[in-house]
Amino acid sequence: MLLVLIDTEADGTPGPGTGDVLAVAHATGLAVEVVTTGAVPDGLAVRRVHRLRHDLLTDHAPEALGEALVQLLAAVHPAGLLAAATERGDEVLAQTAARAGLPLATRCLALCPGEPWSLTRVRSGGVLLEDAELTAPVVLATVAPGAAASGSASAPAASASASEAPAPAPDVVEFVPELDPVLARTRVVERVPRAEGVSLATAPVVVSGGRGVGSADGYAVLEELAALLGGAVGCSRVATNNGWRSHSDQVGLTGTQIAPDLYIACGISGATQHWVGCMNARTILAINIDAEAPMVTRATYAVLGDLHEVLPAVIEEIRARSGTVDRPDPVPVGVADR
Amino acid sequence: MSTTAEPERRDVLVCIKRTPAVGARIALTDDGLAIDTRHLGFTMGPHEECAVEEAVRIAESHRAAGGTARVTVLTVGPPDAAEQLRYAISMGADEGVLVEVPTEELDPEPTAASILAGLRSAPDTRYDLLLFGTDSAVAGNAQAGIRVACALGLPMVAGVKGIRFDDSGLELRRGTPAGIEIYRVPLPAAVGVKEGINVPRYPAVTGRMRARKAPLRTVPGEPAAGGLRTVALRRPREDRPETVVLGSGAAAAPAVVDVLAELGVV
Repeated sequence: MLLVLIDTEADGTPGPGTGDVLAVAHATGLAVEVVTTGAVPDGLAVRRVHRLRHDLLTDHAPEALGEALVQLLAAVHPAGLLAAATERGDEVLAQTAARAGLPLATRCLALCPGEPWSLTRVRSGGVLLEDAELTAPVVLATVAPGAAASGSASAPAASASASEAPAPAPDVVEFVPELDPVLARTRVVERVPRAEGVSLATAPVVVSGGRGVGSADGYAVLEELAALLGGAVGCSRVATNNGWRSHSDQVGLTGTQIAPDLYIACGISGATQHWVGCMNARTILAINIDAEAPMVTRATYAVLGDLHEVLPAVIEEIRARSGTVDRPDPVPVGVADR
Repeated sequence: MSTTAEPERRDVLVCIKRTPAVGARIALTDDGLAIDTRHLGFTMGPHEECAVEEAVRIAESHRAAGGTARVTVLTVGPPDAAEQLRYAISMGADEGVLVEVPTEELDPEPTAASILAGLRSAPDTRYDLLLFGTDSAVAGNAQAGIRVACALGLPMVAGVKGIRFDDSGLELRRGTPAGIEIYRVPLPAAVGVKEGINVPRYPAVTGRMRARKAPLRTVPGEPAAGGLRTVALRRPREDRPETVVLGSGAAAAPAVVDVLAELGVV
């Protein structure tokens, strides 16, 4: 039996990566049971849910949850424990691994039971794959986003999606761990909600700029195009390091990895650091003066030229075709009324 | 700056890792076990560079407030990893510890064991704060820091983009898709630093001169394999069709908007 830790959002919906981790767990062929600290999401195709109950587990608390999972492992003896390779999932399973003295494989795409288990994991954000062996009495692993669709999760036997007939409601078993009150030291004590607006992580269109933008002010034209397309503005690491944009706008290995429908890369060369942040976009349009830039040669579409000439022309063309010069613009950055 | 009684001394340890500075395409060795680094320079991971910068800033502000502070930078790696220690010293760290192991790429368990060996080699040094990169640039195992913190019984929060000392310890800020999470942890503590917490400085010439002469302490690591063993590295298949060039300069705008319309975004 394989345990899958599911993170639950404040509104009770399963957290990011839940579908991937369930698909990879089912693909092992082992029975799958779920462990959660929150509400039990509907439609889980599993027969049992272990619900962890403790005052220290009412909000994200990596040490307390890691310790609680160690105790659950000792109580139910699974073959392994998987979680989504989110920042939280990686952190909690590392806490579990450290406390239990077990190895941990993070960011896996596929896992195959055996002696030892074999697995494939993502490296460098996905430009490299690592085939590895994991020798452990209990297998601990986190599952990379996109694993279910990567094809590496060999023939998912039964995904968590609604493909199955309505799954019978799972048994819910409560588990109350014994936790040292000192573990309250690493618990969320306060939250600051994100400002309103289109989020980089989920925007369908991202207009992103790199070295070629040239200055902080140079992003006005990217803001304008993003607003027209209902998208968000992104940037490369060069832009962050030059102080042109906030790091929360940074797309890449050490920023945000995104998968929008359309990624417009303006003046971005496409080094690995950046490429892994945008390579899962459905369509990439590169605008660059250098026809040999990796971003250009890997893009779906390319325009050769200076973004400061191309983007204003594109904006003008969009306005001309839509025939609206008086459309209210929600992000009034450099948008001149004509 | 602070009006409360500050401790006189603040000791910060930063753990960094030597990692190849890869370009747009990564070449592998013939045996497929490692990145071919023959034509590559080396660097430390971006998260770790920010951790060094944060440690140096903490030390600077503590000194400015009248205290003493010391930043120790530690790496687990081959002798060549001294280059990354010296870079950190050129940024303002005070001293370096090289925990020597024969390979650049160690599994997470022996990495943590080697860091702990490095700490045991100076048993009288008590660190107030241990900083790690939240994950390493190439391997991305995201666990060595947590293993070390756990072995030492220290609180640890990863993915941190804000550190502030307050009366009771540290206030840590972590970004999530929904906003910012705030943690308050007592000292001593360990923190996994994420890029964006600061913009690392470019070392001054004086820093580089100092770093060249700074003594490094070398101690043996504990490279015995853990439970995770790399069998091979490979590149995923890329099924990208040839790029369609829509044109050059402003004249390409109509073709671009045709594509945008086709994609349904205008």
